[in-house]
Amino acid sequence: MPSDQDDKSLLGGDLSVINVGLDKFASELAEHNVSVVHLDWKPPAGGGAELATLLSKMGT
Amino acid sequence: MELIEKANEEAIRRMLGAEPVLIDVVPAGEIVPDLQDKMILHAGPPLEWDRMCGPMQGAIAGITVFEGWASDLEQAVDMASSGDIAFDANHHHDAVGPMTGMTTVSQPVMVVENKIIGNRAYCAINEGLGKVMRFGGNDEEVLNRLAWIRDVLGPAMGKALKDMGGIELKPLIARGLSMGDEMHQRNVACSGLVLRAIASAMARTSDDTTALSESLAFISANDQFHLNITMAMGKAIMDPVRNIEGSSIVTAMSRNGTDFGIRVSGTGDEWFTAPVEMPEGLYFAGYSEADANPDMGDSTIVETIGLGGFAMGASPAVAGFVGAGAASEAANYTYRMGEICAAENPEWTIPSLDYLGVPTGIDIRLVVDSGIAPTINTGIAHREPGIGQVGAGVVRAPMACFEQAVRRLAANLGLS
Repeated sequence: MPSDQDDKSLLGGDLSVINVGLDKFASELAEHNVSVVHLDWKPPAGGGAELATLLSKMGT
Repeated sequence: MELIEKANEEAIRRMLGAEPVLIDVVPAGEIVPDLQDKMILHAGPPLEWDRMCGPMQGAIAGITVFEGWASDLEQAVDMASSGDIAFDANHHHDAVGPMTGMTTVSQPVMVVENKIIGNRAYCAINEGLGKVMRFGGNDEEVLNRLAWIRDVLGPAMGKALKDMGGIELKPLIARGLSMGDEMHQRNVACSGLVLRAIASAMARTSDDTTALSESLAFISANDQFHLNITMAMGKAIMDPVRNIEGSSIVTAMSRNGTDFGIRVSGTGDEWFTAPVEMPEGLYFAGYSEADANPDMGDSTIVETIGLGGFAMGASPAVAGFVGAGAASEAANYTYRMGEICAAENPEWTIPSLDYLGVPTGIDIRLVVDSGIAPTINTGIAHREPGIGQVGAGVVRAPMACFEQAVRRLAANLGLS
């Protein structure tokens, strides 16, 4: 767990953000001139457990 | 899983090792396996008359009159709907056809031989743009053009190809990519290269200067002439990839205007189907999305071998033509398709992408895992029979096809 001091340090300076998943979070930060890189990521097989399990067995 | 990885390595080896050559043009009834009189081969997975879309029914009526099985379109529809005409998928007969994909006994088909394996694949000659049978056109103008192709152009091309020993297609495609073609919706470079290759042999083997002049003019005026050659080449490349135990590589994608179907190497010749989607694109003047027919044609064999939407990066001009966004977006289509393919083709490269090889070997596992569906560049037919092409656009293969295939391959391998 980060300490209170870490939190203050994180928020005290300029933020550089890597956003994973929903791009809305990245675009909101960008609108506020926050440095952000968006990673286009979705859960395997659209989040479907049955297909994700099969794919795991098939080596993806 | 090692079995799948090794099987896919073999699939890619066969794809990249193919040596397709356009060797002849022959009446379909003389060469297409198991094609019979009063039998029509169509695009896509098999389907019965009642489920066919308007352009498909229109083309079937037209080709029935063209073959002389009916005296007019009304009688042709009666025959087709009452079981007097047999239907089957082109893919079941080593053949492919664009849009409605009509293949019948008297039509000349181009023959592409894969010299490594010796297998052959067939596709009819491209009729040009606008009101044509592949888009459901079936009036006198359409039938007269087909008769001229049967009587004049087909025999002339066949004589020339035999005389010159055929046209090697892999190097021709490589040049076409460097000249801005993606070989589905842009074939202007490859069509010109074929004309350059065949013209002197056609002149040498012709004894009718009027027919020769008409034939050369027809090829030179048709920017999509090479599409059907690309398709026969694709079928000749992919057929030897079928039936490799454990392979998750797609061997065919095709649509009939009602269903979209895929076949996968490790699951044999079974079709995995789902309803076709509507293309998103641009329309010719006077037409709109309300006029459009759903996705149709065997031409997705082009994407199956890494061209078309997969090679969009080679063809920024086509991105605008099909409404896929700015020219600078074209590269992103190719990069995205690379995420669902097992390999790149070192002989078919895209100069503007630092000679990146086109994405090759669609892996159903990667499609389902990533949620990225294959992107297809396509023409758009009018939904009513007899009108023809109304636009061009982009469409995605339905994810449901790939999900079914994953389940079946897993079951075959005892994983489910």
